[in-house]
Amino acid sequence: MEKIELTGMRKSYGKEVAVRHLDLTIEPGAFLTILGPSGCGKTTTLRVIAGLEEPDTGIIQLGDKIVFSRDDGIIVPPEHRNLGLIFQSYALWPHMTVERNITLALKEQKLSASEIEQRLENALEMVQLDAYRYRYPSELSGGQQQRVAVARLIALRSRFLLMDEPLSNLDAKLRTEMRTELKHLHRDLEATTVYVTHDQIEALTLSDIVVVMNEGLVMQHGTPYDIYHHPSNLFVAEFIGDPRMNTFTGTPKNDGGQAMFECGDLSFAMPGDLQPKTGNLIATIRPENINVSKTEREGWLKVALESVQPTGASTILQACTEHISMTLLQPGFIQMDVGDFLWIDVDTSTVNFFDPDTEQNLKS
Amino acid sequence: MSFPQTELKKPPVFSGRNLYYHFYRIRTKPELILGVLCLSVLAVLVMVPLFEIIYDALTFQEYDKAYQKDGVVGEFTWLHLKRVFTGPLSNALFFKPLMNSLAIGAFVTFFGVSIGSGLAWLLVRTNIRFKGVFGSLVVIPYMMPSWVLALAWLSVFKNDRIGGSEGMFTYMFGIQPPDWMSYGFVPIVICLTMHYYAYGYLLMSGALATVDSELEEAGAICGMNRRQRLWRITLPLLMPALGSAVVLTFIRILGTFGTPALLGLPVRFFTFSTQIYASINARNSGDAYVLALVLIFMAITFIWINSRVIGIRKSFVTLTGKGFRQREIELGVWRWPATIGVAVFIVCIVILPMLILLWESLIITPGSYTLEGLTTHFWFGESDPNLAYGEPGVIHSTGIMTALWNTIQLGVSAAVLNGMFGLMIGYAAVRGRGTLLAKWLEGIAFAPYIFPSIALGAIYIGMFSTPFGPMPALYDTFAILVLITVVKNLPFTSRTGIAAMLQIDKSLEETARVQGIGWFRRMAKIIIPMSTSGLISGMLLTFITTMRELSLIILLLSPSNMVLSGLIFSYNEQDMSQHSGAVTLLLVVIIVSINFLVQFLSGGKGLSGLKNS
Ligand SMILES: Nc1ncnc2c1ncn2[C@@H]1O[C@H](COP(=O)(O)OP(=O)(O)OP(=O)(O)O)[C@@H](O)[C@H]1O
Ligand SMILES: [Mg+2]
Repeated sequence: MEKIELTGMRKSYGKEVAVRHLDLTIEPGAFLTILGPSGCGKTTTLRVIAGLEEPDTGIIQLGDKIVFSRDDGIIVPPEHRNLGLIFQSYALWPHMTVERNITLALKEQKLSASEIEQRLENALEMVQLDAYRYRYPSELSGGQQQRVAVARLIALRSRFLLMDEPLSNLDAKLRTEMRTELKHLHRDLEATTVYVTHDQIEALTLSDIVVVMNEGLVMQHGTPYDIYHHPSNLFVAEFIGDPRMNTFTGTPKNDGGQAMFECGDLSFAMPGDLQPKTGNLIATIRPENINVSKTEREGWLKVALESVQPTGASTILQACTEHISMTLLQPGFIQMDVGDFLWIDVDTSTVNFFDPDTEQNLKS
Repeated sequence: MSFPQTELKKPPVFSGRNLYYHFYRIRTKPELILGVLCLSVLAVLVMVPLFEIIYDALTFQEYDKAYQKDGVVGEFTWLHLKRVFTGPLSNALFFKPLMNSLAIGAFVTFFGVSIGSGLAWLLVRTNIRFKGVFGSLVVIPYMMPSWVLALAWLSVFKNDRIGGSEGMFTYMFGIQPPDWMSYGFVPIVICLTMHYYAYGYLLMSGALATVDSELEEAGAICGMNRRQRLWRITLPLLMPALGSAVVLTFIRILGTFGTPALLGLPVRFFTFSTQIYASINARNSGDAYVLALVLIFMAITFIWINSRVIGIRKSFVTLTGKGFRQREIELGVWRWPATIGVAVFIVCIVILPMLILLWESLIITPGSYTLEGLTTHFWFGESDPNLAYGEPGVIHSTGIMTALWNTIQLGVSAAVLNGMFGLMIGYAAVRGRGTLLAKWLEGIAFAPYIFPSIALGAIYIGMFSTPFGPMPALYDTFAILVLITVVKNLPFTSRTGIAAMLQIDKSLEETARVQGIGWFRRMAKIIIPMSTSGLISGMLLTFITTMRELSLIILLLSPSNMVLSGLIFSYNEQDMSQHSGAVTLLLVVIIVSINFLVQFLSGGKGLSGLKNS
């Protein structure tokens, strides 16, 4: 198992800068996901690691070996980087059967026939495609094609796996299935993996580490738990989570020794050591961290229901007072009418506070 | 928010490390290496010859000593320009051929494009009968040499003006056809029109087939009536195709040699192309170069005007036909007359000339068209000193068999080399899209388009008659024929190559690359297998056009590298009409059957590739 390390990487296409600055270390055997909105530079980063694009500056290291460093005059072409790469389009060769798709690179490496046969059978078995060995890609379904691409990776036994939105062409059910399989694959191959996606569920379920990118910069780098619970800036807070995070802009008040956050008629206790530079603060609360009661309770805020969207296992509620509105998430299939009243209470331990100017988390 | 920013510091250009880096960097970009390679080869094959003849036209040459004893070879001189443009010979050398060429060009382009468009309209848009059969028959002239009709014309209308045998007309009616009917302007225009209408037909039928669907949609949405749709949508959309058809036809006619030579030279009726030929034969290459340059200049002007009128981007748009469902126009009572008309037309231009040439090849005494005098001697007979100067029949003639072998070799090597070149240019241009190199490459590959065939031939004589750099003198060799054919077909093949490469997604190659497969293996295993089907129609087209080519190579032919078309021309010059007829038939039969064979084998429509040419 070997690490991947990018230092000070920058990549532009003519005037347009795709990746502005990237320092990234992927620990040996780790599963790292790059997550971000469309056009933020995810694919570019992956292609730079693979050697398909040449960065403007920076150092790229695979294992102990530097594969790119302009200043040292080093540039190792993709052929010699020993990587496995899955494209979003799978990139299966349409004029070759499944078998030939998988074995071409092995044959080019001049492996022995028995070795090739063994790897082929092993790979096909892992993705359960034994029966499709002599089919052409056009005769396979989208999911099967994707599995052929995976099998090709398995047979190659690369030290590093790079995947660019490999699940985005699949339907929801298949996507869930394949997600589990990819996780197994990573565990079995023990390869250092970089996975690119704009689907946060994939990122949170699959990865050891998530890197959130925006406009060519890393916004946060951390475990899925950290990313979800302790977003280091407002972009990450709002980007991660579905339904979206509630944000309230308000002012801190001192109420008899206890610091309070106030926004309209909503007010709750906050840590006293958070002092904003200007008067205001932004508080973010996940919809599931607001407690809800159908009956009146002491000290809870009364809100009116605006919409009810049951999704099966849980229900998304939209509620408001005269001054503020918010999203709530409750377990179960809730049937209520618009205009009904609810009482809510904020779980203060889960609230994050941000400086409105720097948009940085005040705790970290 | 504040984030770290990377400083962009440029390392010094000539430091050892930087050079080292760039060396490796270029090595990782095969498209760059290939692009530079193609560009330099093309520059040598296309641009250098052009400068060479400009230089030759403006300097004193060895052969000029016949006119000016005290001249120094290699010195700058106006001699050639003066002689062509202002000297006492300028009328015969320049102005008359110019007028003849322009007049022929204008007439043939007008009639040819009109007939072609008319046929296209009939076969694409109306409910005429036998569309499929007609559709494949009307493009047969494209496969035949352009001068087949001229040969057939001579067989029928030859008169006693130049001695030798007389034609069928005289034999049957006992009167001599007038000169204007036998030779010169009128028959040249008729014969060329009946060949070059095919270009107009191909371009316009493709355009008509694509335009319609857009018209239906737009018309339905905007609620335009028929007239408005015709004027606002159909015609503007057809303009680029019409413009291309006009330019293409006109340039081809400027450079065409066979027909004006067969029908014009006997009465000393010169066009630009035949005048260039005459000048080269008279060892006045300087004059020929000046004329060739004028021809190129005219072609460029014409392309330029067309691109100004229609718009640069659209002017070379080629519209490929897709099968849209279309509402056919009802011809009503005209349906059968139109069908019969097209049938008669096809018989007259395809079948009749072939029958005439067949008959011509079977008569024992030229000019005597009796049924008793028929013989197969000129096909299968051994040498007989009393017949045709002792020239044996086709299958026993080593001259013909050698020329046939040369022709096939030429066709095959030109097709294969063009396919390879097209693939490489396509690869370099598509992978390097957006770079200056790719742009130049596409541009220079297109350049041969503006050289009329005969002018390119003249350029190649100028360039390769003496050793050039490491290249030996190629004059009289087979290699020069291959070279010029490959170059002349480049505009077309490079476009097929680019189209084929565009269909191969970049990721298919990148995947292989990441898996450790080197460039040559990627080409062999992925790029070439995936692009052959796209290249095959282009290669077939090169093969066909090469087999029947005369204008391009006439100046470069000699007994040592003779091909069939040149042989036919020389048989005709020697008034051996049976042989010229027989060999022409042989050539046409070979071309047509190879075309159908390839179509059959590739399972595709071989001729559909023609739409792009
Ligand atoms: N070949 C290219 N030429 C010019 N600009 C490019 C090129 N490839 C990418 N870009 C630009 O670089 C930026 C980052 O592109 P990239 O493909 O890395 O985005 P992404 O994060 O993968 O987005 P998506 O989720 O939509 O795939 C975009 O603004 C894009 O327009
Ligand atoms: Mg992407």
